[in-house]
Amino acid sequence: MLALVALAVPFAAGIASAMAPWRRWVGWLSTAAIGVVLLCGVGLAVRVVHGLPVAALGGTLRVDALSAFMVIVIGIIGVLATWQSVRYLDAEITTGRCSRRHASLYSVLVLGFMTAMLLAVLAGNVGVMWVAVEATTIITTFLVGHRRTRGSLEASWKYIVICSVGIAMAFLGTVLVYLAALHVGHHLHANLDWTSLMAVSHQLNPGVMRLAIALLVLGYGTKVGLAPMHSWLPDAHSQAPAPVSALMSGVLLTVAFYALLRFKAIADGALGVAFPRTLLVAVGLLSLVIAASLLLSQRDYKRMLAYSSMEHMGLIALGAAAGSRLAIAAVLLHILGHGLAKGVLFLTSGEILHTEGTSEIAQVRALLVRRPALGGLFAFGLVALLGLPPFSLFVSELNMVRAETEVGLGWAAAISLLCMAVIFAAMMSHGRHLLFGAGPDGERAHKTPAIVTVPLVGALVGCAVLGVLAWPLAGLLRAAAQVVAR
Amino acid sequence: MNGPAYASTLELMSGVILVCAVVTLWRRSLSAVVKALAVQGFALGAVALILGIRQHDAVLIVVACLVMASKGAVIPTLLGRVVTSSPTGREASPIVNVPASLVGAAALTFLAYGATQPVVALIPTTAGRFVPLGFATLLIGFFSMVVRRKAVSQIVGLLLVDNGIALVAFLATAGVPLLVELGASLDVLLAVVVLRVLAAQMWSEFGVLDLDQLRELRD
Repeated sequence: MLALVALAVPFAAGIASAMAPWRRWVGWLSTAAIGVVLLCGVGLAVRVVHGLPVAALGGTLRVDALSAFMVIVIGIIGVLATWQSVRYLDAEITTGRCSRRHASLYSVLVLGFMTAMLLAVLAGNVGVMWVAVEATTIITTFLVGHRRTRGSLEASWKYIVICSVGIAMAFLGTVLVYLAALHVGHHLHANLDWTSLMAVSHQLNPGVMRLAIALLVLGYGTKVGLAPMHSWLPDAHSQAPAPVSALMSGVLLTVAFYALLRFKAIADGALGVAFPRTLLVAVGLLSLVIAASLLLSQRDYKRMLAYSSMEHMGLIALGAAAGSRLAIAAVLLHILGHGLAKGVLFLTSGEILHTEGTSEIAQVRALLVRRPALGGLFAFGLVALLGLPPFSLFVSELNMVRAETEVGLGWAAAISLLCMAVIFAAMMSHGRHLLFGAGPDGERAHKTPAIVTVPLVGALVGCAVLGVLAWPLAGLLRAAAQVVAR
Repeated sequence: MNGPAYASTLELMSGVILVCAVVTLWRRSLSAVVKALAVQGFALGAVALILGIRQHDAVLIVVACLVMASKGAVIPTLLGRVVTSSPTGREASPIVNVPASLVGAAALTFLAYGATQPVVALIPTTAGRFVPLGFATLLIGFFSMVVRRKAVSQIVGLLLVDNGIALVAFLATAGVPLLVELGASLDVLLAVVVLRVLAAQMWSEFGVLDLDQLRELRD
């Protein structure tokens, strides 16, 4: 029931927003709708954390601890992003870059995006999940191109072409899993439900499953932003409006990763852990190395944040490769922590872009003096993102490395630490350039309205509380890790 | 339909799909490429139809009709409009020239036969033998997306990939469940519509449909 509400509310709000030209209340309506989703996520989590999975619509929707956790992630990042969207659209309309009609299209698309993402994590069936993930590809294309500049057009073209190819490979992988399930036992009968696939995973044909999991890692990996199909990511993240970048980074990438986690559990059953692990380690390390090398000489702060998303996706791929309960719990905590920190940074950078008018690192100086609130948020966001305590990314990175060492992936953990050190140095130097220095003489410090800063401060505080106490999610993380870990 | 006739029609139709993929690499005129794509869409529908009749599967026959309508008619028409609206309807300078592309296609077909060994081994039916043709179509689609620089050529490449996957799905599993099949077809149709809209925007704002002209974003 709660699962249905979580899907229906953003959908209905989307239809309502389509009715009228954009007014501020339409923007707040989206935030309220996603707030309801978040509450539903919490309600679902309370129900499934100690009990059995909940099903609705005859098994089309199925909620276990892992999906409940993902609903909460989607809800939190969604509330942050839709909150800031109001300000983004307000500014676009005031400057005349965007009509009220076009602005209401934005709200409709964001709510459509949220509905599709929620369907992906609530679906009890891999096929339906695939359809939902593909639907978000199409919706996001228009969100990336919302500003209608030459750059954003190029970014949307790259995005839809590369992601369509990736998602097509994931479909082929899904077809092969279905084929393998059809040939279990003597009767040709199978469906694509998670539960039935997991139940027969030990009997699936290994040859076919090897091909299938390779295609799935490559295919869903495209949407996660993992190498070698990552090239859409920096363009789309840097050209999209800031709230959309926050949504892509915190929600889109991680929901695709959720699909990978589910399929990995099935492949582990059919093939043993070694083969899926090798695949994930390979794409994870490659992503980390590429992200580190491109971050060193980055000139644009939004692209810098985009490559950092690629880095973090590489890290969670390595964590998932380890695959123990500790590793999966750390991966999930990292998904939430990264979503929060990166969300704060993207939303702050949107505000910086709006007030400074440029996204080049070299053109922005002394933010801490000139815009103390924005500069402070950016600084703390950066500290959280780079994995310094007390923020939760410190805890999750530490535990991922620990889990990797325990299963004999110590060498991969060492390489990842090396890449993280390079990235730390690179981002600190870019950040120092943006934040410090003396402001121009006679310029007074600009105020940033509380309506911008309050939710972002809240997100950072939440990230720190999670890091120190793991409260209130510890139980849910344990239960969710149990769903897919061995 | 009796045994030999069934097998040879199925083989013919699967073969047509691969041949059409090769034709898209061979012809430079974009309108000829779009025609080859339409023929491929019909052949794909025919494969589903043959399997549906053979297995007395009404759902599969309905799917076959939908595939013929969308991939044989609607999508090629949408693409054809883009081609006729732009004055230079030719793939002027592919990165790899035509003879080399054809050699590449042959190599990819061999690769497809090699990679699908475990799949073919698992399926005992006649249809299963033709699965490599679907994989070959898919690989040729990838190849053409990499070496062709026109916006329309890239959409064609994407559709080749998709048709290849659909062929594998029909031959190997007699179609995935209906809900998924419909969702997937709808998504492909929407993706093509979106790409068409983007191509039209590109054309009206910058006067080019050549992806080499789009190189603002790079590191």
